[in-house]
Amino acid sequence: MQHGRFLYGLQFAFTIAVCAFLVVPVVMSILAGLTVNYFVGLESGLTLRWVLEVWDGYRDTLFLSLGLALACLVLTLLLGVPLAYLLARSRGRLARAIEELLMLPVAVPGLATALGLIVAYGGLAGFRTSAAFILVGHVLFTLPFMVRSVLAVLSVIDLPTLEEGAASLGAGFAQRFRDIVLPNCRNGILAGALMVVTLSMGEFNMTWLLHTPFTKTLPVGLADAYASLRLEIGSAYTLIFFLLITPLLLALQALARPRRTVFAERDSSAENDS
Amino acid sequence: MPRRQFLLLLLPAALFFSAFFLLPMARLFFIGASGESGWLAYLAIVTDANYFRALWTTLAVAAVTTVLTLAISSIAGVFLERHRFPGRAALVAAMTLPLAFPGVVVGFMVIMLAGRQGIIGEVFTMFGGERPIFAYSLAGLCMGYVYFSIPRTILTIMAAAEKLDPRLEEAARSFGATPWQVVRDVILPGLRPALISAGAICFATAVGAFGTAFTLATRIEVLPMVIYTEFTMSANIAMAAALSFSLGAVAWLALAVARSASGSTVAAAG
Repeated sequence: MQHGRFLYGLQFAFTIAVCAFLVVPVVMSILAGLTVNYFVGLESGLTLRWVLEVWDGYRDTLFLSLGLALACLVLTLLLGVPLAYLLARSRGRLARAIEELLMLPVAVPGLATALGLIVAYGGLAGFRTSAAFILVGHVLFTLPFMVRSVLAVLSVIDLPTLEEGAASLGAGFAQRFRDIVLPNCRNGILAGALMVVTLSMGEFNMTWLLHTPFTKTLPVGLADAYASLRLEIGSAYTLIFFLLITPLLLALQALARPRRTVFAERDSSAENDS
Repeated sequence: MPRRQFLLLLLPAALFFSAFFLLPMARLFFIGASGESGWLAYLAIVTDANYFRALWTTLAVAAVTTVLTLAISSIAGVFLERHRFPGRAALVAAMTLPLAFPGVVVGFMVIMLAGRQGIIGEVFTMFGGERPIFAYSLAGLCMGYVYFSIPRTILTIMAAAEKLDPRLEEAARSFGATPWQVVRDVILPGLRPALISAGAICFATAVGAFGTAFTLATRIEVLPMVIYTEFTMSANIAMAAALSFSLGAVAWLALAVARSASGSTVAAAG
């Protein structure tokens, strides 16, 4: 028993150390963003000066990122939900191939996708310099997450039977889609939406090549600040990013938590692996 | 489903995907061969000494990252799944929070840990040692990738550990197996599919990620940085294109191998 205790303590300490490794730098960067002079330390006092400075100088990147994330969400919903439904209904070889193909922009490094977009469309000046150029990249990267998330929910319910029932009562395709398919994949859509927005807000690999001086997103601004501004400003900027992203991540965690499938009277909630 | 309906639903996504992914990629593939060396550019990654070295560095960093991440996450993940104690939920939440930090932010976290004013240096100097600054080296890059991969891997391991049958371990123990033997012969084989899929994602991310290396230093010669330099500094688009394909192939291969060995895999590099 003594031995078991010892092992337990060892693993506990190890887990705490891993947690510290992940959390301590976050706390440090938050503190650094609020400290007058980080080199001197906390004794130099706390201030909101750096946060305000970032707000003045980089506000636009924040709004652009938010706008891009929302636009990305709308597009992935419009493109992804019908596609997920399609893949759920026809589990043939073609469906498998489509799913596989769709994952490519996630598997292939963002740098390569961005280069592809540049060589294909870099000549269209109006498009190249607009935020839509970045948006296209973000949609490519996040679409599979929406599709998978909705598909995960749709594939555990008996869609054909439900639809057949509705059809036998005279419901047309549009009505079935609206009243049967959409309500059933609500949880999947929600999880997918959170994932899409979170990923779009943080996307850098592609965005760094796709952006122009007039279309700087938040992560691009962050990279700029890390490279050229003092540590306190970089930290304050990171702090703002944390404030934006943490609610999204917490919501994702809350959504992913009920891991065992619960069958309520009406709707069944599905397991989600994201 | 009627064929017309099928096509109608497929069309928007198919058009978007063809126009903005398939077509650009095809274009990039031909541009890769448009340089001085023609189609041989696709072999440059093994024939050119500099690129070959960058490839090896990239693969080595990815391999070390994968091994470290899997080891750390297995110990912590199995522990968290097996034991209930006050504060456990908060601990899990804290450890999975960095899940979607972009690579640039992860790079900054590494600077916070091991940079010029990093906490690791502070601790060392407190004990009278010399201040180690390794944030801007390959070790720092590795640390960043491990940081990035731990949250996702822990979640995968926890989900897999939940499905392990504790009776197998009891049986092994009752036959006199030592804790180490139980880990090696019962727990690890049970976690194998999860380890393979999480490991592949980890490897692919470390191969293709760019943000962390970008934040830490331009001196780090990993393949994504080399491609970026070819594209921006030397304006050698052909070589950048050819190298991107090689890089993409390596990342895709890692995921494909894992997928055939286990269930599905989804990677998300910020």
